[in-house]
Amino acid sequence: MKTEESIMQRIADAAKAVTRGVDAKDIEHWVTIYIMGRAYKVPADLTILTAMEYAGYRFVRGVGCRQGFCGACSTVYRKEGEYKLQTGMACQTRVEDGMYLVQIPFAPAEKAAYDISKESYDASVFLKFYPEVARCVSCNTCTKSCPQDLEVMDYVQAAIRGDFQSLAEGSFDCIQCGLCAMRCPADIVQYNVAQLGRRMYGRYGMPVPKHLITRLQEIEAGKFRGKMDQLVAVPREQLEKLYASRVREAD
Amino acid sequence: MANRLMISTGNEEFLERISEMSGQIITLCEQCGVCSGSCPMVSEMDITPSQMMRMVQLGQSEVLRAKTIWLCASCFTCTVRCPRGLDLSKVAEALRQVILRQAVDHIDIKALPRDELVELPQIALVAGMRKFTG
Amino acid sequence: MEPDIHKFPYYPGCTLKTTARNFEVSALACAKKLGIELVELPRWNCCGTVFSLTDDDLIHHVAAVRNLIRVQEMNRDGMVEENRLVTLCSMCFNTLKRVNLLVKENPENLEKINNFMYLEDDYEGNVEVIHFLELLRELDPGAISQRVERPLTGLRVAPYYGCLMLRPREVGIDDPEEPTIQGAILAAVGAEVIYNSYMKVCCGSYQTVNDKSAVARLVYDILSHAQADGAQAIVTSCPLCAYNLDSRQKEVREIYPDFEQIPVFYFTQLMAVAFGFGADLCGFDPNQLVPEHLLK
Repeated sequence: MKTEESIMQRIADAAKAVTRGVDAKDIEHWVTIYIMGRAYKVPADLTILTAMEYAGYRFVRGVGCRQGFCGACSTVYRKEGEYKLQTGMACQTRVEDGMYLVQIPFAPAEKAAYDISKESYDASVFLKFYPEVARCVSCNTCTKSCPQDLEVMDYVQAAIRGDFQSLAEGSFDCIQCGLCAMRCPADIVQYNVAQLGRRMYGRYGMPVPKHLITRLQEIEAGKFRGKMDQLVAVPREQLEKLYASRVREAD
Repeated sequence: MANRLMISTGNEEFLERISEMSGQIITLCEQCGVCSGSCPMVSEMDITPSQMMRMVQLGQSEVLRAKTIWLCASCFTCTVRCPRGLDLSKVAEALRQVILRQAVDHIDIKALPRDELVELPQIALVAGMRKFTG
Repeated sequence: MEPDIHKFPYYPGCTLKTTARNFEVSALACAKKLGIELVELPRWNCCGTVFSLTDDDLIHHVAAVRNLIRVQEMNRDGMVEENRLVTLCSMCFNTLKRVNLLVKENPENLEKINNFMYLEDDYEGNVEVIHFLELLRELDPGAISQRVERPLTGLRVAPYYGCLMLRPREVGIDDPEEPTIQGAILAAVGAEVIYNSYMKVCCGSYQTVNDKSAVARLVYDILSHAQADGAQAIVTSCPLCAYNLDSRQKEVREIYPDFEQIPVFYFTQLMAVAFGFGADLCGFDPNQLVPEHLLK
């Protein structure tokens, strides 16, 4: 029963297409999952996210793109009869029979404030802003908890020894879901360390892209000012038409 | 260092626990004092290493409040010189661990001055974290 | 005549990639000159720098064992035949060697650690951890002195050993009370070796994180005794000793205003000078006080 038509609600409803209009008696495969300890019977082909919605949960936080990119729907679960605690993104992980699960809608994490143009390009920048990296015991729990299959421990180790390239490349696909930090016995916030490392690498380690510099100079010299002014003056309706008919690459 | 050892009702469990964690037969210590005479940090300490051993022998868990257990630099000078073959560095570590395992850190990482952190070699900080944080 | 090259697996450790870069650069160059190629472990991680001393604390040995597994992999993949892992940093040496001994002597502990690291191959206990100084000691007598192009004649150097290459006894590479292993190398490159009893007194180690003044007092004892015996420079093989003995001289002067600076080097830097290598391989810090002897 809807009381308000929020955007999140609309997205959630759209994502429920998989079960919408299907009668429960026509669903052949069912699994039992446990959400915060309570059992729910759900269709077997749902993701954790859609299964929780099927069970009646509504997400206002702890959900985002539903495509595995935004890192908002971190999940921790353990399957019946297994000792290993597992992790995943709720939108990307299919439910399995006997899953005990809970959502981690937010990872409390210390995030340092810094100005990369004032920092020296060596390992000391990590010890300065995130000295707890020195507590790493190489247990590899971070790597095992990463839903992106990154070698998280390796990139933390790269940070400790100031290997910016390995850190930047090794953490490139990080979606900042926070699961590594939630499981780290040394209380390291791996993804914030990685972000600092990528920023430093981009600033000092990578070659300066000439085309970008040229374009920035053109912008500053006012090359596009006339066209921009024109565009700003266009009424909204016409702007929408322009947007829809713009030249774009094929999807 | 006007510290006087008082024999009080000891806690045998404490002695047992430290013996087990350190792997040392602490009762073997005969209080000869070679450790204290060899310790490079002894002048900074509130109780000497041999007093530390005695307090553990007597089950006096007040030893956990001594500065000495944190000042041990794990240099192993006492270890190579103890005539009873005891490894005091392991005893000091066990005592530190009793505290650290209760999630009580000896240093506040975030209070370490940043201009000093950037100067430190990583081995100093990694070692400091392992010895002073749980 | 260049000798045949013998390859060894090599563990650098974090600090040799940063503040002790000059240690690594000079050591690799000297090793090559002596027919030793140090092949860096792939995917190595921080060893933990201090051996965990409580019997029930296996998690802190995991980092070291991972590195030993890398050596095993290098052997398996034919990258190197040697199973002896060479270290330069005394802290890494001590930690890796002690963990290696622990797991070899305690199969139950090794099994627990192997099970914990189920994503890795099991460590089989076939690696040996050595210090670069031990390799140098194994060379034919005269191997070093024969290659000296610029003997350090007249330079008075005090070798500082510190703790972790000497103690505890089961991992020490020399007599814990009367070590000579660094002095022998300094003598081979023509320096005058100053021995004194402070060469094995702790520099304060990791206390430097928390108690600079205690470290400064120890550093003063060590350096002033060497100076009193006529030393013009100190030599070490541990980047933490080097840091305390060198950088903490600032704090030493605050407590003892009459104290005079003395330079601290890695033994491999002086070898590099004696072998006639260029400044890039000797790795002197531009801000460091370097005796003229070494700069010619």
